[in-house]
Amino acid sequence: MSDLEDLYREIILDHYRSPRNRGELAVPPASRAEGFNPLCGDEIVVYLQLDDPAKGDEAVVQDIAIGGQGCSISQSSASMMSAAAKGHTVAEVRELSSAFKSMMSVHEDELGGTVAGAPEDADLSALGDLAALRGVVQFPVRIKCATLAWNTLAEVLAQAGVATSE
Amino acid sequence: MTIDTMGTPDPNASAPTRPDNGSALDVPSIKADFPILSNRIDPPLVFLDSAASSQKPTAVLDAMRHYYEYDHANVHRAAYDLAEAATNALESARAKVAGFIGATDPAEIIFTKNATESINLVARSWGAANLGEGDAVLLTQLEHHADIVPWQQLAAEKGFEIRWIPLTADAQLDLSDLDRMLDGVKLVGLTAMSNVVGTLTPVRHITEAAHTAGAVVCLDACQSVPHTPTDVSELDVDFMVFSGHKMCGPTGIGVLWGRRHLLEDMPPFLGGGGMILDVRLDGFVPADLPAKFEAGTPPIAEAVGLGAAVDYLEAIGMEVVREHEIRLTAYAMRSLTERLGDDLTIHGPAEPDLRGGVLSFAYRDIHPHDLSQVLNSYGVCVRPGHHCAKPLMRCLGVGATARASWYIYNDTDDIDALAAAIEASGDFFSP
Ligand SMILES: Cc1ncc(COP(=O)(O)O)c(C=O)c1O
Repeated sequence: MSDLEDLYREIILDHYRSPRNRGELAVPPASRAEGFNPLCGDEIVVYLQLDDPAKGDEAVVQDIAIGGQGCSISQSSASMMSAAAKGHTVAEVRELSSAFKSMMSVHEDELGGTVAGAPEDADLSALGDLAALRGVVQFPVRIKCATLAWNTLAEVLAQAGVATSE
Repeated sequence: MTIDTMGTPDPNASAPTRPDNGSALDVPSIKADFPILSNRIDPPLVFLDSAASSQKPTAVLDAMRHYYEYDHANVHRAAYDLAEAATNALESARAKVAGFIGATDPAEIIFTKNATESINLVARSWGAANLGEGDAVLLTQLEHHADIVPWQQLAAEKGFEIRWIPLTADAQLDLSDLDRMLDGVKLVGLTAMSNVVGTLTPVRHITEAAHTAGAVVCLDACQSVPHTPTDVSELDVDFMVFSGHKMCGPTGIGVLWGRRHLLEDMPPFLGGGGMILDVRLDGFVPADLPAKFEAGTPPIAEAVGLGAAVDYLEAIGMEVVREHEIRLTAYAMRSLTERLGDDLTIHGPAEPDLRGGVLSFAYRDIHPHDLSQVLNSYGVCVRPGHHCAKPLMRCLGVGATARASWYIYNDTDDIDALAAAIEASGDFFSP
């Protein structure tokens, strides 16, 4: 069971049971994007309100709301993401996103193969609660659940007029 | 017995010795025929995903290996003995498959890659030649995406209408408006058994109504042919499709059966070698059935494997297979409900003999993806997701289900392991 406990850390289950920033924002002024995981039917909606898109990278995420439904991994990832993004600049959110994706994607090439586990020496400190999701890399099919919210975030940023660097 | 009239079969009908558990099947000896079940032992494999694809018995694997080791060459058009052996292997498999579904003419059996390709063949060939503006195709809300998307693709080109037979609350077909819905319909696409909720559909009843309305019926028998006795003349359908890999056969081979006169009138689907009588600079003449629909080198070894799978299932007896699955379904519905109580929701018909060996369920508010992850840690293989039937998911009001499905190599121990693992997932997520 130890792998399972590593996957479903208490903090993940906590975000799943009591999701943060759950709801909707009025569009406009907010922007909205939807993401689907076609394999399992998970669905995430991200609403994003920037203080001023014209500030580009320095625009601040004033408000963010999450809708949709899905498994504990996709929903807790979205909840943690919303908590981590709120009040931060677009540049900071982008950095967070790439730190998260590198935690997930180190092993993404190895889909189907044996996966050793989370990267030992990667800097997870910047990720805060999100680092709890690192156990997901041991379950390659679940990586898409964890990254769904982040791909949707990239889309909503683009909609808000601040394209991501990816 | 056909899938229409399936009830609990007469217990005296076939008389193999009956093990203690009341099943006519000697499951332990069947399990021993499937190498994967003894190769995967830590944890022991509790395989409950046969609706997606079944496991393969040694007899099938041996037949394919023997074919490659003794008989392989390309088929047709060669004078040497080996090519004749390969051709015979392919054609004898065709004859076995025909016999298995009650088709009198092996030329009415077209080998394809899978059931999906078979449906696309019907859509692209029969459909493209016969459907246009003002016409309608009638489908059901139980259908697999394989029996939805090809029709939607064609409708976008040809401008015909697609209508949907709705469902009752327990995921059976609501046929109250059937005659009106059939007005103007040229083809009915129908599943014989839902791959998600196990619902058996009244094929014969619908076929009669469809024929009266002047429509042809294409039956998606993916889930019924592997599990129940099937006779195309009793069912009276016009086309029927299924896949080899769900009935103990290999992947890479599917079947289309069609009435000869329909197949003869249809234009070829894929073009290439093998499907022609003559090719000139200004055109070609298609070959006779079945070659006309089998462009390119066919899946010869796969056909041999499918033929061996048919032999294997026939030796057991399809009546016995169906009887075993009704018993196991009844046991599963009863024991899971007793053990898990109101925390468990089972989708679909409540009566075991109205369904195939497929159980879609929800447990507490645990998401199916999370549930099956925990089950996996106990070696229990069930499938989470929409099972390629998103319209049905919307009818059920869920985004996904966890689905357990069984076959000849499953027994009550497997169901008990499932129940125990579901209980453990409850402890895990809400201690
Ligand atoms: C009812 C039904 N129809 C069609 C299919 C498609 O079968 P295949 O993927 O082998 O083409 C399946 C299998 O998933 C099925 O269960």
